[in-house]
Amino acid sequence: MAPIPDLSAGKYGAYIWPAYAITAAVFAILIAGALGHARRWKKKAEEATRK
Amino acid sequence: MIPAPAFLANPERFMAFSRWAAPALGVIAVVLALVGLWLGWSAPPDYQQGETVRIMFIHVPAAIMAMFVYACLGVASFLALVYRHVLADCAAQSAAVLGTGFTGLALVTGSLWGRPMWGAWWVWDARLTSVLVLFLFYVAYLSLRASIDDETKGSRAAAILALVGLINLPIVHFSVYWWNSLHQGSSMFTPGALAPVYAWPLYVMLLAYLAGFGSLWLVRIRGEVWRRRAEAAALRAARG
Repeated sequence: MAPIPDLSAGKYGAYIWPAYAITAAVFAILIAGALGHARRWKKKAEEATRK
Repeated sequence: MIPAPAFLANPERFMAFSRWAAPALGVIAVVLALVGLWLGWSAPPDYQQGETVRIMFIHVPAAIMAMFVYACLGVASFLALVYRHVLADCAAQSAAVLGTGFTGLALVTGSLWGRPMWGAWWVWDARLTSVLVLFLFYVAYLSLRASIDDETKGSRAAAILALVGLINLPIVHFSVYWWNSLHQGSSMFTPGALAPVYAWPLYVMLLAYLAGFGSLWLVRIRGEVWRRRAEAAALRAARG
């Protein structure tokens, strides 16, 4: 049987949860930045080659 | 002449490869991250560090990736500088953006781990200081590129800076052995140093970060290829 995660971080929750939240935020920024950059320039490249 | 990988030398082949490789790596990264987090949060609290050991599962992979991505930046910069591969230059620029994120994450999560364990958010310790220098090399690389209008000159100057910064990688790695340090030594790749209940989630999370980086790197390089194609087409149109 798979172990059950225990999400109670106890007295250290004030350090653990911000660390996870910041990690999630940075990954969200990196993913949104990479996808946005690629989509924007793909569109511009297609427009430029059509002209 | 050292032959470069075919996909580095041929943009068309790279675009065909990355079209399926980027989303595939992204899916692998998400699955591995979910498994790693599940295992990490199922592990018991450490007898010394208590619940803070859970920060290890996001901090250590970020720190390893900070160095690994800089090594990628160094190799790509070398190829761009010596062989003038456009794709290598795109790869270097893209790696720098992602490496800045990983290094920033290593510093911030390390600080959040250090406060309850060491009693300080920051100490001018050899490991912490050398990672801060690594972060500054990333920022300096991107700033230098952005500050020079001529993109060719900017990329060459930044590539030289990236190669100079490679000297910091062994300093980061060996800093805990060369100087007295609050920071613990390497335990991830030392057999027996970590109990399997902590080692497995750590390995899985490292693989998740690696796959995530691979995916985002490919997406960013694709974006750079399109940017250069768009700008080249705009230039041709302007010349008539």
